[in-house]
Amino acid sequence: MTEVKTIIQEKLGKYGASREALMPILQAIVQEKNYLTEEDMVAVAEALDISSADVYGTATFYTFLDIKSRGKYVIRVCKTISCHMSGKDEIIKALQDTLKVGVGDTTPDKKFTLLTANCMGWCHKGPVMLINDEVYPELTPEKAIKIVQEYMAKE
Amino acid sequence: MENTRLHKVDLIFENDGTCATTVLDKVLSRKPEDIINDMIDSGLKGRGGAGFLTGLKWKFTRNEDSDVKYVVCNADEGEPGTFKDREILDKVPEKVFTGMAIAGYAIGAKEGILYLRAEYNFLLPKLERMMNEFNKALQAKKLDFTIDIRSGSGAYICGEESALFESIEGKRGEPRNKPPYPTVSGLFGKPTVINNVETLVYATMISKYGPDRFKEFGTKDSRGSKVFSISGDTPNAGIYELGLGMSVQQFVDEFGDGDTKAVQIGGASGMCVPRKKFNDTIIGYEGVPTGGSMMLFNSSRSMYNVLHDYLDFFAEESCGQCTPCRVGCQQLLKGIEAVKNKNKTPDYLENLKKLAETMKLSAKCGLGQSVANPFISIVDNFREEIIY
Repeated sequence: MTEVKTIIQEKLGKYGASREALMPILQAIVQEKNYLTEEDMVAVAEALDISSADVYGTATFYTFLDIKSRGKYVIRVCKTISCHMSGKDEIIKALQDTLKVGVGDTTPDKKFTLLTANCMGWCHKGPVMLINDEVYPELTPEKAIKIVQEYMAKE
Repeated sequence: MENTRLHKVDLIFENDGTCATTVLDKVLSRKPEDIINDMIDSGLKGRGGAGFLTGLKWKFTRNEDSDVKYVVCNADEGEPGTFKDREILDKVPEKVFTGMAIAGYAIGAKEGILYLRAEYNFLLPKLERMMNEFNKALQAKKLDFTIDIRSGSGAYICGEESALFESIEGKRGEPRNKPPYPTVSGLFGKPTVINNVETLVYATMISKYGPDRFKEFGTKDSRGSKVFSISGDTPNAGIYELGLGMSVQQFVDEFGDGDTKAVQIGGASGMCVPRKKFNDTIIGYEGVPTGGSMMLFNSSRSMYNVLHDYLDFFAEESCGQCTPCRVGCQQLLKGIEAVKNKNKTPDYLENLKKLAETMKLSAKCGLGQSVANPFISIVDNFREEIIY
């Protein structure tokens, strides 16, 4: 795993030690560790010479910049209108049963977090879910379970 | 789909692979003013939904006296029911980059930034590879313009132009007061052209074929074609480029399932058109304008559930900065629940409509201002479904 310090230095190299670098740094940390810890946010604040409250305030504005502990694979099921109409409730239920967690929860082995999210731009191919950055459209409960089982078999 | 009465168009996804070279060469051999005049002449209006004349936006930005100007491509497509920009970025990204470079040349900007929503991060590796090649091609043509990509992080409000700037600047995506408009003070306080993905591709195609080809489609008030994202109760969900100015009835004849009772035009923040108004409603600026989202509902759908879904979306996505939107979205949601549960009498809907009107007048940005669109059009046309 890349150290947070290394991530910060790399982004400062590209964007300079200015506020402009904040989003790319936070996004890169989440990419690596799936969420931001208090220590990470303080380290980012020091590197950019801004208050840690500013970093926290910015991070908590954005849904994808989590400050709660998240699993290695973050599953986001779309809950907006067309996915609702095409059966997102059945998908969520199937995933809850398979992972044995509720929406918003992380599995005890810290491998999966199950979340819902707003429209992901696949309304003609719903229901859809994201696992980290990967998209899985046109789901059925069976298909969703099979995809998650493949992730379970992974490291 | 063969015997269609609708005007099918193939400008956006037309791909002969020569755009980056031939169109740019043609553009660079002409004066920036002429490029802008072509855009004004074409009548192209912003395809993100707001519908401001693209050529004028470019002209205003060009006229600003500043050493630094920016071109920003708004790829933060988040309106429920809209997915065409994803397809455009996936299928013809070089036409988007070309549009950015044309805008840069026209206004005198050296930097372009494409702001991509986090949900489309899967497109990043391909886009970055193509962007690097494109930047090299621009260097070879001696055009001082470089494109970079920034990611969003899951905030619908960042599709609002000034919130998008705040986000690139590393801040909470809270919309700014207007004026000043982006053409005067945009990204980092500099004059900025911000265009939707689809708008930039039309800019490329108008530069390629000239404004007359574009004017062949559409009507006087709604020039050209438009990419539609079609979903809901339809056997033909997907992405279609159609001439503007058709009636909702013509649209439903083509895309409906035979039982269409309502069409939501323009996404969650757009208008709900009921069956009795299909014939009289034009899709375009003379009727109901749209960023391209067309969602069809058949008689098996409860319009209460549809409205509830939209309000839930807005309550979550409101940035919380201004009171009318922060409190208004929550109260509208609670209000229809109370009417449904008989905790409030049906008259209460009139109070809620007044609240929605107040939000339209007093909210700071388009999010809060447009909640009245779905709210009033659904409550007025499907009142009994909201109450019982």
